[in-house]
Amino acid sequence: MVTIYDAKPGLSRRELLKRGGIGALLVISGSAVISPEHAWGLETSALKPETMATLIQMARDIYPHDQVPDKYYAIAVKGHDEQAGKDAAYKTMIEDGIADLDKKSGDGGYRGLGWEDQRVGVLKQVETTPFFQAIRGGLVVGLYNQKEVWPIFGYEGESYSKGGYIARGFDDIEWL
Amino acid sequence: MAASFDLNNDGVVVIIGSGAGGGTLGNELAQKGVDVVILEAGARHEYEDFINDEWGSFSQLAWTDKRTTSGDWRVAKDFPNLPAWIVKSVGGSTTHWAGASLRIQEHEFKTLSTYGKLEGANLLDWPITLAEMEPYYAKAEAKMGVTGTNDWPRLPGNNNFKVLKAGADKLGYKECHTGNMAINSVDRDDRMSCQQTGFCFQGCKWGAKWSTLYTEIPKGEATGHLEVRPNAMAIKINHDASGKVTGVVYADKDGKLQEQKARIVAVAGNSIESPRLLLNSASGKFPDGLANSSGQVGKNYMRHTTGSVYAIFDKPVHMYRGTTMAGIIRDEARHDPSRGFVGGYEFETLSLGLPFMAAFLDPGAWGRSFTTALDHYDHMAGLWIVGEDMPRAENRITLHADEKDAHGMPIADVHFDDHPNDTAMRNHAYKQATALYDAVGATRTFPTPPYPSTHNLGTNRMSEKAEDGVVNKHGQAHDIKNLFVSDGSQFTTGAAENPTLTIVSLAIRQADYIAAQMSAKTI
Repeated sequence: MVTIYDAKPGLSRRELLKRGGIGALLVISGSAVISPEHAWGLETSALKPETMATLIQMARDIYPHDQVPDKYYAIAVKGHDEQAGKDAAYKTMIEDGIADLDKKSGDGGYRGLGWEDQRVGVLKQVETTPFFQAIRGGLVVGLYNQKEVWPIFGYEGESYSKGGYIARGFDDIEWL
Repeated sequence: MAASFDLNNDGVVVIIGSGAGGGTLGNELAQKGVDVVILEAGARHEYEDFINDEWGSFSQLAWTDKRTTSGDWRVAKDFPNLPAWIVKSVGGSTTHWAGASLRIQEHEFKTLSTYGKLEGANLLDWPITLAEMEPYYAKAEAKMGVTGTNDWPRLPGNNNFKVLKAGADKLGYKECHTGNMAINSVDRDDRMSCQQTGFCFQGCKWGAKWSTLYTEIPKGEATGHLEVRPNAMAIKINHDASGKVTGVVYADKDGKLQEQKARIVAVAGNSIESPRLLLNSASGKFPDGLANSSGQVGKNYMRHTTGSVYAIFDKPVHMYRGTTMAGIIRDEARHDPSRGFVGGYEFETLSLGLPFMAAFLDPGAWGRSFTTALDHYDHMAGLWIVGEDMPRAENRITLHADEKDAHGMPIADVHFDDHPNDTAMRNHAYKQATALYDAVGATRTFPTPPYPSTHNLGTNRMSEKAEDGVVNKHGQAHDIKNLFVSDGSQFTTGAAENPTLTIVSLAIRQADYIAAQMSAKTI
């Protein structure tokens, strides 16, 4: 099972270096991807934690929203770990897909590419593959159907329980 | 008290489907004392059960049984197993519809005469005129509480409408208002008025929007002459040696096949399921399917020429607040071939929540061009294009050669290619809508491709002559006098208007005809 949990913040710098930083934010520890700065972690059971870390980066590169924290991208892709646990062929597709991204990205692998444009260049080479489409397709619901991200986009969600908008700004536009 | 009829009762009228056509016909007949059984494939969810959540509601209400698609429409690529966004639930797509209630224009009943022959289009005049329809339109508007008729005020305009109206004024459009909506603008018919909640497509939790679910159906049930049987999926219509239909085989809630005997059968399963059922009812006597001596069953599938334009502004709009279809511009609905196409189109405001915007703005797209659009979701305004599309014989519903559903019934394939007239109209509308939003100061606009079809029309077309169509001007099959079609599949051509008001009007008219024929013992 994949679990997202709130990790204790404040791994020491020494600890971080020892465990090997991946990019600036995410750390692999045992079977988990951890975001020390933002106090959450994602534990994997079927996929390698490095794979999950790359999936999170890939998810952000597919649907980049600079104001959306990594945590929501992690939640959006965690289902692939669950699916991989149930379906060996699926696990192979994901692991091979990520290995292929790393290979196409040169020595530092996919996460070693510093610019989004460089990573997008790699993704464009694989965008018609079932692997890419599985990740992209899953994100459409997995990312944008998280109620927690809606306020970031200014979407207010359910309104019936608040009596609709009849007294809450359905016609409050002022700039026209 | 809702009635309960025996399976062997062969005196009942069996209606397949409980939406705008079936639900209305059922109530109208029950009010006249005719015994009716409505078979509804979906479950019964009352309006308090509806969900203010796009995907959650989709799971609750949408018809998600597998279908296949083919043709050059983009839906076939992006949503290959979801050609239509319609409903499987008591009330049918009247739970989901936006509420726009427009009369078809006079010339749109006479497209072949007005537009002339058009290559690649199967145009035909309706066997009925606007003048004949007017009294029934008036009855439907009164029944449904359509705003802007019968002294009912129009709804107040929300933010999305105000942007539309400002742009319409700048472009010089004259006919722009908050529409003729079957949404209560005042409390009436024991239902409250619109609370500007949004989520019209997810079922109105106030019951302010007209749906057969909580108007026609309970009124019909109260007569003691109507039974609605949910979770009853019609599979086949049976007939006797003389060719008269005698009953409907359906799978019940446990998947067990039952047959409800019938004096009359009326098919109202929307324009994909209705022809599917007629085609699947092929027999030795009717080898091409019921009511299909013309070969027209399943053909001339229309879905309206649609598309959306969303625009981003430098200041907030919050388009999702309030009525989803909050206003209309009708100036382009005229027939004016100087624009490069026949027929016309309407502009109607539309909004999607963030989850559906992500799914439908540009399906399959990724990267910053796409995501920066969503970043400004609360600064977006949007509209929907709904125009007349051309009937084409090759745009059609067929039974899948190999794939079957859970009951062993072949699934439907939906084939659609745009006619060049459709494409020219859509491009004109994209250009006008972009100009409209630019005039209000849009910083970016998005010509958004058509969604899975909500207006499914024409696959059992009405015709004067039996060789040209499936049913006559009363929706009665040319081939079988006790078989009727009661949904939008009767439409000879599509017109530019949202179809529900016409479906309801035709159902009221059809009920008069059926009752008269029953009294005269001709059926």
